[in-house]
Amino acid sequence: MDRAKLSPLPAVISISGLTKTYASGLQALKRVDLEIRRGEIFALLGPNGAGKTTLISIVCGIVTPTEGRVLVDGHDIVHQYRAARSKIGLVPQELHTDMFESVWGTVRFSRGLFGRAPDAAHLEKVLRDLSLWDKRNDKIMTLSGGMKRRVLIAKALAHEPEILFLDEPTAGVDVELRRDMWALVRRLRGRGVTIILTTHYIDEAEEMADRIGVVNKGELVVVEEKTALMRKLGKKQLTLHLQEPMMAIPVGLGDWNLVLKNGGSELEYTFLASEERTAIPELLLRIGELGIGYKDLNTQQSSLEDIFVSLVSERA
Amino acid sequence: MSTTTEVRAFNRHGVLAIYRFEMARARRTLWQSLVAPVITTSLYFVVFGAAIGSRISEVDGVPYGAFIVPGLIMLSLFTVSLSNASFGIYLPRFTGTIYEVLSAPVSPLEMVLGYVGAAATKSVILGLVILATATLFVSIHILYPAWMVAFLVLTATTFSLFGFIVGIWAKGFEQLQFIPMLVVTPLTFLGGAFYSIDILPGAWRTFSLFNPVVYLISGFRWSFYGTADVGVGVSLAMTLGFLVLGLALVWWIFRTGYRLKS
Repeated sequence: MDRAKLSPLPAVISISGLTKTYASGLQALKRVDLEIRRGEIFALLGPNGAGKTTLISIVCGIVTPTEGRVLVDGHDIVHQYRAARSKIGLVPQELHTDMFESVWGTVRFSRGLFGRAPDAAHLEKVLRDLSLWDKRNDKIMTLSGGMKRRVLIAKALAHEPEILFLDEPTAGVDVELRRDMWALVRRLRGRGVTIILTTHYIDEAEEMADRIGVVNKGELVVVEEKTALMRKLGKKQLTLHLQEPMMAIPVGLGDWNLVLKNGGSELEYTFLASEERTAIPELLLRIGELGIGYKDLNTQQSSLEDIFVSLVSERA
Repeated sequence: MSTTTEVRAFNRHGVLAIYRFEMARARRTLWQSLVAPVITTSLYFVVFGAAIGSRISEVDGVPYGAFIVPGLIMLSLFTVSLSNASFGIYLPRFTGTIYEVLSAPVSPLEMVLGYVGAAATKSVILGLVILATATLFVSIHILYPAWMVAFLVLTATTFSLFGFIVGIWAKGFEQLQFIPMLVVTPLTFLGGAFYSIDILPGAWRTFSLFNPVVYLISGFRWSFYGTADVGVGVSLAMTLGFLVLGLALVWWIFRTGYRLKS
């Protein structure tokens, strides 16, 4: 193998110019370019109908792209679909299960389907990891919604994929299962599995992801390291609780983005997180010079959710 | 985690997984799958064999009760192959579990081998069960057993292939019933399952030659008794022709992603 190709963080999935127009005329994806790095957790955020599931479905071979190219570990998903697909595990959004099949039967089916020889030890490990081992002989129809979700994850992991797609993995699951699933995702990443998840829960992306992509109306609006995204687009707020209420913002503070709140007893300053090194000290210095007294202050940082809403609404 | 997954040219495990899954589905409904056809066949023998047979006695030198056996087997083979195979592929489409098969490294040919192979296996087993049931009523001597098995397997495969196509085409459970009810059953009854088309008046006999089922039943009956409505070569060619037609349709379905992929 050519050693020059083995760069430290090669893209495990590379998507270029991906476009999908459905028969109905709906353009679900518009020339999307995206590279997923090996071993990362990538979160795809976006409102309903943004194109997240279409993107995943194309990479997994369920939807045919209109234009563009996808390489999975260097294998074209159309011409070398066997090599590409055998590396991928998919956990769909909907609870599609074979009701009459047992848990054990369905994971064994999945492993075989993906071309792997039977391996009871691996399947047992997967089921134990997901707390499904005790349920292995139960019919899927007798399981709760959360358990069915676990079964779908077990099926996706049955053939030891290198890349795992989780389409809305925690939609409609309880808090405990959500925490369990986050822990599982971290364990998988620890073993070198690349994970791509779509989610509506921004705290999930904030908690889990290394990088975040935001999709809106078929376009990839932003792709960024999570921390960089929050630094770049995150807003911070400083609130000063004044000793004496103010009627208007003093002229000497006109250069700052200030608002009076609570009948003039609070002065609120909003600034970009990227300016945090200079913003607060300069303002406080000036306030001191103007002789304005305050009894308390607090700061807060906008969440990824706020960032997301502003990104999506900007382009609406 | 290894980064080099071995990729074979043929996904043997994938075909076996689908085949076993489909056979397991049949085992869960073993009672309905086998008992119903056995009862139906017995009823046919009571009505056609005993009641009508007592007045017809012989067709082409074969006792009437024995004469209808190949036709009866074919009748069941057509309907069961169609319904089994169409249900086998329609169900995952309906429940959504098809996503897994579509996202797996399984080629169209492997998918067909798994689904159609299982449906055809079930039909052949059923055909043999009906044959065994028939021997309880009439004595049967099979002149060309190898040809009998060949026609049985070919017809089961061909109709399972058609069933697979119907299962992909169907938009609802009603449509799954549509082809067997409205097309295959009438063609079978008019195709000489219970009589030789030679006994039909001239015009109707000519008309019957346009019925593809005539050739399938005739060839199968020839393997039992050595007598046929049409030449056995023609029967074999027609059977193979249907198989090729089915394969071509399936090839087109996978090429275009028709009703499987958007």
